[in-house]
Amino acid sequence: MTTPPPPPTPPASLVDRHVGFVHALRAAGLPVSPAEGLDAAHALMVVDLSDRQTLREAYAATLVKRPAHRPGFDTLFDLWFPPVISGAEGTAVAEDAELPELRERLAELLMGDPADPAFREFARAMVGRFGQVQAAPGRQSWFSFPVLRALSPETLVARMLAAMLDERGGLPEKVARRHISRTIEAFTEAVAADVRRRIAEEAGVEKVARSAVRPPIDQVDFLRATKDELARLRREVYPLARRLATRLSIRHRRGRRGRLDFRRTVRASLSTGGVPLTTCLRPPRPHRPELVVLCDASDSVSTFSHFTLLLTFALREQFTKVRAFAFVDTVDEITRLFAPGADVLDAIGRLTKEADIVRFGRTDYGHVFERFAERFPDAVGPRTSLLILGDARSNYQAPALGTLKRLAGQARHAYWLNPEPRAQWDTGDSLATSYGSVVPMHECRNVAQLAAFVETLA
Amino acid sequence: MWFASPDEVRGRLAAVDYLADDGIATSVFLAGALGKPLLAEGPAGVGKTQLAKAVAQATGARLIRLQCYEGLDEARALYEWNYKKQLLRIQADDGAWDDIFSEEFLLERPLLKAIRSEEPTVLLIDETDKADVEVEGLLLEILSDYQVTIPELGTITAARRPYVVLTSNATRELSEALKRRCLYLHLDYPTPERERDILLAQVPALPAGIADQLARTVATLRALELKKSPSIAETVDWAHTLLALGRTELDEALIGETLGVVLKHNSDQVRAAKELGLPAR
Repeated sequence: MTTPPPPPTPPASLVDRHVGFVHALRAAGLPVSPAEGLDAAHALMVVDLSDRQTLREAYAATLVKRPAHRPGFDTLFDLWFPPVISGAEGTAVAEDAELPELRERLAELLMGDPADPAFREFARAMVGRFGQVQAAPGRQSWFSFPVLRALSPETLVARMLAAMLDERGGLPEKVARRHISRTIEAFTEAVAADVRRRIAEEAGVEKVARSAVRPPIDQVDFLRATKDELARLRREVYPLARRLATRLSIRHRRGRRGRLDFRRTVRASLSTGGVPLTTCLRPPRPHRPELVVLCDASDSVSTFSHFTLLLTFALREQFTKVRAFAFVDTVDEITRLFAPGADVLDAIGRLTKEADIVRFGRTDYGHVFERFAERFPDAVGPRTSLLILGDARSNYQAPALGTLKRLAGQARHAYWLNPEPRAQWDTGDSLATSYGSVVPMHECRNVAQLAAFVETLA
Repeated sequence: MWFASPDEVRGRLAAVDYLADDGIATSVFLAGALGKPLLAEGPAGVGKTQLAKAVAQATGARLIRLQCYEGLDEARALYEWNYKKQLLRIQADDGAWDDIFSEEFLLERPLLKAIRSEEPTVLLIDETDKADVEVEGLLLEILSDYQVTIPELGTITAARRPYVVLTSNATRELSEALKRRCLYLHLDYPTPERERDILLAQVPALPAGIADQLARTVATLRALELKKSPSIAETVDWAHTLLALGRTELDEALIGETLGVVLKHNSDQVRAAKELGLPAR
């Protein structure tokens, strides 16, 4: 096998573009190794560079090795390899078209396939028409908002539904609505991409690139996640639980072997004339802790608590028993809401309605710990791992450190997960250090940190 | 050369009823052009294994498949000495100690077979994530240099580079070293438009109107937060079910009755029935 001959050197400007793009990817947190950069350069030499979609996929195949990184990659690709440059946008619509006419055209496009090139062309034309705003005297800038306000695709929904359906209601309407919301999302994204492109043309690519990319989903801060990101996080629960469970069971298998299995050893010795050359050991008894989760359900940290609850229940096979308790300023057991087969979203909804967790509505950790020890004295035993989820912000109430110390002493292990960045601990009403001295406190701001913690737990 | 351009990939895969989008066509083309393995990752039932089969079928190459599982080792994946035959040889002929490690006693396993194959070969390493981490180490040498070292025989280099496809369900993260050597293709659930085309290609008897309705309904189901979203394979099963029932109209009652074909968890079915307003069963 001979190695392929070295490819001819690509033109300098392309090399610069390539290097700049790879740097931008790294700056956005994608781990692109030099070898992968070279692979991409090799790929550039064999694909048709004039076909932008092929170029994009060639870069993606060589540089992006995790699905979570793909959205960031796409945003940066659109910036570094823009679909058009200003002045050469083409004419998707007549210059003097009236607004109702434009909205008519938009409704038509939204009912169709968003992969249609006309779709993006129209979005670009609309940004050109409505997107420019006077930012400061003599300075113009581009924004998505005026475009979406002028065309307001949401107000077209009723008209589109009427055009798509013979009669309203039932499943057909659900399906049609889903299609429309998908295309509206695609349109909003197309407008945003074109706005970024125009800003990049005026201000330079690097400047826009820095602010354009959201972190990959496992790096998203729980406390700052948007609604979309929360839905995506919840979708991650089951894949994440499966990954963690696989890793944990691998570790358990690898761990120390159990006692000698006398029966199987004698049986195996028969083939060597009764001399036990190979010994058989019993599989080790799996270590499965009981888990008691005590979670802060107040609004400030509820996103984090809910996600962690979902994860612990998705992982329930890894523990002998999971009991969960929620609190704001008093505490109630919520295990029944998460019975096997129960719907998770439903459980979260019922948590706030059915559980008795609120007295005055201001988080009070001290009262909660006392009440917990009093109402559920048998919950924490010598086989229990106690897991507390919360930001340790107790509205300047008495901390009840003694009670917590006793609870932690009863348990086999105790951990506290705090979704706030470490730098904000002990600011304001946070009691992070005081509680942290009794129960070891871990910073847990995103899925990556949570996954790392769960691995140490089971 | 395996393919001349991404467009050719698309055309030739379509000829064997595999519909490739831009991402698939480009990565399949690059894997051939750069001689790098292709790692296809994604949820179950989106056509990862099918992709390798389609590439083999489209190019007329031989398909060699290595199914990974827990406890897969060198002897099953690479090669093994036929020790029974070796023992017999030693007993038959006292001076045979030297030549019992020769070609004659070698049992080829899929990886070695693919490396030594003279004809064009597609090597499919299926469900790589199910194998133990050590197997990845074994794959590294083979996938980067296309060679195998057998201590008794020396290094065997590929006569002809096989076209390698690895698949993974992402139940665990594959090692960085392995990912770095591969081209990466993330296969996800298709857009309704593409899924409709897949349905029509896989189930030619299906009326186009129903295919469209099915694809959009499945897309709506996937948008719900379910434990397990329906896969392409399950959508195709659904289409077969409707044909078998002899129904040509997809209404809510029918969807409610046949939901079990695509949703396999009770809580998912309850949730779908509630969200989509299907009649309770």
